[in-house]
Amino acid sequence: MRRLKVHVSHLFLPLSVLVLLIIINLIKGADYFSLTVVKGALYGNIPNILFGASELVILSIGMTLVTAASQGQDIGIGAGATITSAVFVWFVLNTGDATLVTIVAGFLISCVAGLVVGAFNGTLVSVFKVQPMVATLILFMSGRSIAFMIDDRLSPILANDISNQIGTVIPGVPLQTPIILTAVFIAIVAVVLKTTNLRLYVESVGINPSAARLNGINPKKIIFLTFLIMGICTAVAGFIAVNKAGRHDSVNLLKFIMMDAILAVAIGGNSLSGGKFSITGSIIGAYTIEVLNRTMLRLEVEPESLPAFKAVFIIILMVVASPVVRDYAAKAVKWVRARADSGAIPVETGTTDAAADSNSNTPAKTET
Amino acid sequence: MQSLNAIKTKKTLSNSNLLFLIAGIIFVLMYLFAIISFPGSFLQFQTFFDLFNLNAPLIIMTLGLCIVMIVGGIDISIGQVCALVMMACAVLLESQMGSVWGALLLALGIGIAFGLLQGYLIAYLEIQPFIITLAGLFLAKGLLTTLHKDPINVTMPAFVSLSDFKIVIPWLGTKNRLGVFIPCEIKPGVIIVVVLVVLLAALMKWTRFGRNVYAVGGNEQSAMMLGINVKRTKFFAYVICGLTAGIAGFVFIMQIGGANVGSAALFELKAIASNIIGGTLLNGGVGNLLGSPIGTLTLLIINELIRAAGVQSNFQPIVSGLMLYIFIVLQSVVVWLRSGEKFKLALPSWLMLFKNEKKN
Repeated sequence: MRRLKVHVSHLFLPLSVLVLLIIINLIKGADYFSLTVVKGALYGNIPNILFGASELVILSIGMTLVTAASQGQDIGIGAGATITSAVFVWFVLNTGDATLVTIVAGFLISCVAGLVVGAFNGTLVSVFKVQPMVATLILFMSGRSIAFMIDDRLSPILANDISNQIGTVIPGVPLQTPIILTAVFIAIVAVVLKTTNLRLYVESVGINPSAARLNGINPKKIIFLTFLIMGICTAVAGFIAVNKAGRHDSVNLLKFIMMDAILAVAIGGNSLSGGKFSITGSIIGAYTIEVLNRTMLRLEVEPESLPAFKAVFIIILMVVASPVVRDYAAKAVKWVRARADSGAIPVETGTTDAAADSNSNTPAKTET
Repeated sequence: MQSLNAIKTKKTLSNSNLLFLIAGIIFVLMYLFAIISFPGSFLQFQTFFDLFNLNAPLIIMTLGLCIVMIVGGIDISIGQVCALVMMACAVLLESQMGSVWGALLLALGIGIAFGLLQGYLIAYLEIQPFIITLAGLFLAKGLLTTLHKDPINVTMPAFVSLSDFKIVIPWLGTKNRLGVFIPCEIKPGVIIVVVLVVLLAALMKWTRFGRNVYAVGGNEQSAMMLGINVKRTKFFAYVICGLTAGIAGFVFIMQIGGANVGSAALFELKAIASNIIGGTLLNGGVGNLLGSPIGTLTLLIINELIRAAGVQSNFQPIVSGLMLYIFIVLQSVVVWLRSGEKFKLALPSWLMLFKNEKKN
């Protein structure tokens, strides 16, 4: 029971932000949750958010693992996804008719490309001990050119029914396909984390690699493995993105997504210096970013000043979540409680929850 | 393997100096290689000076970032802050009440303002530096596009004369095809670079603040126990970084005489890469300020070589990525060789197994 409480309070910040944003949206217009059915598929604000954030969610899952194990971030995910989707498009366009078999085969081949990309970064980080941000800088710089080389021309068009259906909606299914794919991916990750020791190993390597090695865990193997998982994540994200767009634009596909993915990891309450992680937090963080973007468009913020408002929002969020402010909050709660115990004020129901939240603090920081 | 790790942690500082040396040697070797393969262009002194003339802003930014990286943080907002400074200066200079001194003050003001904000949030509220400076990046970007969207060319006479100002070295130069002697030219930005390198290197080497920066970056807890004001040290590191970003913005607008939304894009990543090549670690506590200009020059010479070799522009990034890859791996191997252990590829055990079987 106590463990559950700690876990939930961990997610208190991202969830409260999400709720706050939804309340703002409801104040703006009460029809926020309204759904419309067009040709048998659901459309509306909520499905659109789930649809828009699908690549970001998948990439932030991989980013969480990489951050937790290697204590650094992968900044080449956008370029990596461009390469894998280029391989996918190359395969589908070169096999003549696009049938379900060729699409699935193309997806599998793009997964292999993703593994190669992950292995490249993983080798640099684990074997050559290069810092992740520098190791992935190589692909960040050269990835889009490699994708262009695979394409061999500017933005090849992916015009067939199946990829159109993957990008939008399959007739007879009420949800857009990217939403379903994302849900399936999340389910697979959840099952893997539940049934294997991956979480324990990654966390122990992230907290202290030398201690993990002395306890019989090979840190190199674990870090390499997280980069391989990241490669699969980039392949899936690239697959969804290219099917959504219907064409492979090697210059602009998922261009600034690494910043959003790292932000999602941080909003989810994860420490960016490795250690304990929460995939659920990152997923909620990713959806929060998408909701934030759409809320600002809904509030009719000028597109030019959108990043500035986003920045102000992030700063406020981080100030509220910062350890110092949390300590003050905890002290205030204690003071209120002491007053309540002495009989001056009756105990409010809300204070106990807040105390549990502020005591549990941010995830364990690793000082190396 | 055990001994390798133990030795490595002991000699980290000297390893950093080694990385700095490697970067320096590789820069010299590459330049020699460039001279041998393209004697026409690289033998001229002007080409060497142009490396500084054209990239002074990047080098200035790298210096400030180096201090932040030694203190154990990171600042990824510098590129956009530089772009914001350029745009603000351009708008001010084009308006009625613009003056060069006003623009300079504005540049320094914006830089310091970002440094103060980010430094306060990171040092005193203990928020993760990456997120705060990412927010700073978004903030600068948003303010930039809100301020002005279209490219501006500064036409104010006082500023144009300043940006055209060159220091001519009459005794150094080359003769062109017609036999006319062309002396070498240096832009004022280069002087600023040299002054800043000397100032900041002295600051890091011989002042209390500089030593505090190393101590805080190495281990915050022990620095605090030694009585060092950890928060103030961190705070001032970010302020200096913001200030250098502001100076870089002013030097950049002096160099190109205008401002654009996309200018100085992704400079922050280039600056991080240069610092790491120059021997500064992202973990903090280790680094050499003189390494940052060397690292920047190494990165730049790679690009210059590729351009001189006439690689098709679409494939230039691939080649420069490949060179960076070779460089990073080389650094890593040299550090291993030095650590006393006989060189062996520290492959994961499941790959080693395969190797052993082959031997048997």
